[in-house]
Amino acid sequence: MLLLTCPNCGLSVEETELAPGGEAHVKREGPESSDPAFEEYLFLRDNAKGVHFERWRHAYGCGKWFLAARDTATLEVFGTYSAQTLEPPAHILDRIRERKDG
Amino acid sequence: MSTRLAKGGRLINRDRPLGIRFDGRWMRAYQGDTLASALLANGQLVMGRSFKYHRPRSVMACGPEEPNALMGIGQGGRFEPNRRATQQIVYEGLEARSQNAWPSLDFDIGRVNDWGARFLPAGFYYKTFLAPRPFWKHVFEPFIRRAAGLGAAPAEPDEDRYEYTYAHCDTLVVGGGIAGLLAARAASERGERVVLVEQAAHWGGRAPVDGVVIDDLPADVWVKNAMEVLEKAENVTMLPHCEGSGVYDHGYVLCNESLTDHIAEKAGPRQRVWRVRAKHVVTATGAIERPLAFPGNDRPGVVLASALRDYVVNYGVSLGDRTVIVTNNDDAYRTALALLEAGLQVPAIIDARGAADSTLVNEVRGLGVNVHLERGIAKVIGGDTITGVAVCLQAGEGAVLQEIGCDCIAMSGGWSPVVHLWSHCGGKLNWDEARAMFYPDPTRPPTDGNGEGFVTPIGAASGALTTAEVLANVAETMDIAAPATEAETPAPLAPIWMMPQGAGPELRAKMWLDYQNDVKVSDLRLAAQEGFESVEHAKRYTTLGMATDQGKLSNINGLAVLADRLDESIPKVGTTTFRPPYTPVTIGALAGEAKGDLFQPIRRTPLHDWHDANGAYWEPVGQWRRPYCYPKPGESHADAVAREVKNTRQSLGILDASTLGKLLVRGPDAARFLDMVYTNMMSSLKPGRCRYGLMCDENGFLMDDGVVARIDDQTFLCHTTSGGAEHIHIWMEDWLQCEWWDWKVHVVNLTEQFAQIALVGPSARNVLEALGGMDVSAGALPFMGWVEGRLGDFNVKVYRISFSGELSYEIAVPANQAQALWMALLEAGVADDITPYGTEALHVMRAEKGFVMIGDETDGTVIPQDLGLDWAVSKKKDDFLGKRGQQRAEFQKPDRWKLVGLETLDGSVLEDGAYAIADGTNDNGQTNTQGRVTSTYYSPTLERGIAMGLVANGPQRMGEVIKFTRIGKDPVAARIVSPVFYDPDGEKQNV
Amino acid sequence: MSDISVTALPPLGMITLRGDLVLLAKAVAKVTGCAKPDQRLSTTSNGCRLIWMSPDEYMLVCDHIDVADITAKISVALQKEFATIADVSDARAAFDLAGTEAQVALSRLVPVDFAAMAPTEVRRTRMAQVPAALWREGQGWRVICFRSVSRYAEDLLRNAART
Repeated sequence: MLLLTCPNCGLSVEETELAPGGEAHVKREGPESSDPAFEEYLFLRDNAKGVHFERWRHAYGCGKWFLAARDTATLEVFGTYSAQTLEPPAHILDRIRERKDG
Repeated sequence: MSTRLAKGGRLINRDRPLGIRFDGRWMRAYQGDTLASALLANGQLVMGRSFKYHRPRSVMACGPEEPNALMGIGQGGRFEPNRRATQQIVYEGLEARSQNAWPSLDFDIGRVNDWGARFLPAGFYYKTFLAPRPFWKHVFEPFIRRAAGLGAAPAEPDEDRYEYTYAHCDTLVVGGGIAGLLAARAASERGERVVLVEQAAHWGGRAPVDGVVIDDLPADVWVKNAMEVLEKAENVTMLPHCEGSGVYDHGYVLCNESLTDHIAEKAGPRQRVWRVRAKHVVTATGAIERPLAFPGNDRPGVVLASALRDYVVNYGVSLGDRTVIVTNNDDAYRTALALLEAGLQVPAIIDARGAADSTLVNEVRGLGVNVHLERGIAKVIGGDTITGVAVCLQAGEGAVLQEIGCDCIAMSGGWSPVVHLWSHCGGKLNWDEARAMFYPDPTRPPTDGNGEGFVTPIGAASGALTTAEVLANVAETMDIAAPATEAETPAPLAPIWMMPQGAGPELRAKMWLDYQNDVKVSDLRLAAQEGFESVEHAKRYTTLGMATDQGKLSNINGLAVLADRLDESIPKVGTTTFRPPYTPVTIGALAGEAKGDLFQPIRRTPLHDWHDANGAYWEPVGQWRRPYCYPKPGESHADAVAREVKNTRQSLGILDASTLGKLLVRGPDAARFLDMVYTNMMSSLKPGRCRYGLMCDENGFLMDDGVVARIDDQTFLCHTTSGGAEHIHIWMEDWLQCEWWDWKVHVVNLTEQFAQIALVGPSARNVLEALGGMDVSAGALPFMGWVEGRLGDFNVKVYRISFSGELSYEIAVPANQAQALWMALLEAGVADDITPYGTEALHVMRAEKGFVMIGDETDGTVIPQDLGLDWAVSKKKDDFLGKRGQQRAEFQKPDRWKLVGLETLDGSVLEDGAYAIADGTNDNGQTNTQGRVTSTYYSPTLERGIAMGLVANGPQRMGEVIKFTRIGKDPVAARIVSPVFYDPDGEKQNV
Repeated sequence: MSDISVTALPPLGMITLRGDLVLLAKAVAKVTGCAKPDQRLSTTSNGCRLIWMSPDEYMLVCDHIDVADITAKISVALQKEFATIADVSDARAAFDLAGTEAQVALSRLVPVDFAAMAPTEVRRTRMAQVPAALWREGQGWRVICFRSVSRYAEDLLRNAART
């Protein structure tokens, strides 16, 4: 059972206090979008074995969403970060590189 | 014959005799005995029957790895099957029953399976499933049902209670042998929070039995000293009777503590499951001795050498007077020493090895014990009891060289580290060729959230088998000085997987690998021959290591036989997967407190107690309980619903609508936000007014509906369905936090702050006026308006909305005042015959009006346009959630199933979920369908059945008669009509 | 035997405050005297406890009778700000646990490392199957949960206090 640190309240909490929200950084496609773009937004996910950026909600705590970078195979957590970001922050990417290449 | 020895038994208290009952017979035991040792002390060698062949079996082991001595313990609501007698501590009055034997343990009819063993080979079940059907039904099934299964399931509800507890620590040490104690002390001295668990009742593990000396102290004394230090340390929690059951991700470990299983007094919880979060887990789980595969190795009286040592030293019991020891390694020689010390005889040691030259072996030889090298056992001699062994050359095919008289055989096939906990979460293993064992590969541990290894095996669990190796290993791992002990140099082990090596088919069919599941060398070889070459396939085909064994005793021997047959190396064949729990955990323990009233939370409205006191028949609505109806004495539920509907339509009804979701949405961007989450335009709603709104997901599917009231320019109150309150709140927060985080909107869930009471019917206004304080006239509070103010003694918001088609007010009041307001309304409504109504009357009335219900008319594949709700989907807005989804081609098709009303020609009520039948059949030969019933009721108002349904192109087919399925009956004809059955012009609600 | 007592409390005043925490804290301080609580912590003054709930939310716990007055005063102070003040006093139930073993009883229900909890910290967590929040109040513990599950919560606490 995973432990993740909620960046909003600073607590490391177990999975039962959280709710999963699927892949992060999915770009919303609105009424003007093409069928392929809308399909991508609504249905197509990476389902990566390895590094994965994902959404979590601190459901039994502060109620806020956050994002996590996690290896889906080893369950290593490279970091958690604000949901109010369009892409993974540099320090998270650095950490992933360090752990994967180093 | 097994018996209690005149002296000895370090764990028993001979001054404290106890009475226990086994299969109805009283027996004498001592405090500290296990059930197994107590039975042996009473001459009860046979303790169970094997699973498939019903062969008589005795103990093989002395701990959790015991495969044979499974018992039913306790009675009635405290009965539990399949407890290992080797772990069950006795107490006064303990009741134990043998299992899998019928009619009795001594004479078991199932034994015929044994004589017909060649008809029950590996894969028996699978092969049987292919038999002709009648044969299966009349011959195999009754037979298998009688024979299969271990113990009988308890017949009564569990009387005991159980609990969980959460614990957090730096280091969790699993295993309280010398390695575990030393590691716990080291971690404690570093200032870490330590939890130390030990599955047995006693600490110290094997060391005291094996005569180990540490720091010049006998192991018993060293252990006692170590315990004293740990008990004094404030940062150490010590839990005996507590098994490390499973290791999970990120340092989560389940440990199962037994609280009353070993005592007569059953007060308090029976077991406590510890949910431990450990930064680091140290597994000091020791090692398990392996049996040897020789013909007759399952006979009562054949026992693991180390287990026999345990019985003699710990409990002062023996399995026999004359014990032949058979081994492939040095360790079994310790058993010879223990037996001789206890005054028992060891006629011979049969050692399969070519040479055995070590201090230990020579010490035993020095005591006059005959050691037969390069020999094996060809046969176990005797009827119900062993009278001797036939000795053969290990290298041969089993030709008997001599017979040696004995009544007990102690065997040792070497030791396997207990790697279960290490492996549960992905720790990998290496193969040690010299010791013929898998051991944890320290370079490939299970990893935690930081990607670092979080489990460290120590002592025997790491592969260190001698005391000196164990202490050195712990010292190195924990970075402390190693206690002093004498180093040993055992003579090398010889990997022996079959005895004798050249045994033919007849002997191989008498060599057991898995005692519990009756898997023999011949079965594994047959599996390989039939193509089940993967170890995981072979396991399932033969049932090797299934049930409670889980790779404890049978694993390595089975793998070795498979590898030999496949001509592969053992590491190449690999092991099966080790999965938690280490030993079975009772379901009650896993349920913890969640039983009876605590099984799951039931949500109660502020008026729950009133409903309960006034005869409500409850309906679960999610976790809520809502009154379905309020039947009067002698009244059926259907009659009650009809009365409630009629009374409401004719005069006045009152409904507890508190479960409705109430979300306060507030901020400068609130209107803009609601325009996005609702399909309708909400920004144009005027303060003081209400609007019915729909919410769709991005697929375009209708997800929730409800009335939105605009409080002021920046504030809205959004009502959701009862089931939707939480997830719509989450849905809104999701969009605000993760998509439009620069929008200034707050959402506050006020669902539980307010009770909501619906006052419904032509007399509703009279009652509000009687309470006074508020102008509720049609002019002041028109349909779809709302006001805030004082009604009688209450601060309320009154919404003039209707889900029934009647004049209706929904009154929101702070929850703590709900009961008082409800009573005031009841009192004021007496003259108008006010009638509380439940959810079913609510449903009937909304269906009579053709109002859709989320979850009835919708199922996650329905868009608002399918329900004729196009009017509530804005065409002016550029965007809203679901808009793009609804533009997809699938939703433009003319033959989509759309909402209509349905009236049977005979006035009967359609079946819920019934399908409308279309011509022809599909590719699977099933009748084609053209629609289905979504809501169906008897309408007391119209006095006939009414229904709503989705029918292909339905709205264009008004008046057409189609047929609907009925279960077990002929289809019924129904006419397609408007879904609004009652007051189509809405005159009644708008007065 | 257990020395734990579980007491269901009469309704407490509870006010939800959403908005910029600096602005909220200033307004609350003026009305109640409660200082600005840091992340996850709480502050007390004049019988009120101001609790950090999330990066944009506080909850003010006070006497039930004072709610209307305090809400009105804070609302006035924040009139021009983007802030939401809501009376949620009736939405929750509260319990007090007393006794030397109270924390042990709670540890049977919540996945909380109490040793890692600061003295004034308010831990929002999962209590068996429902959301709850708990903090140290006097010598014991205070637990709050939603009112609809208050009977479940009370049964849970009493059951956990039995051993």
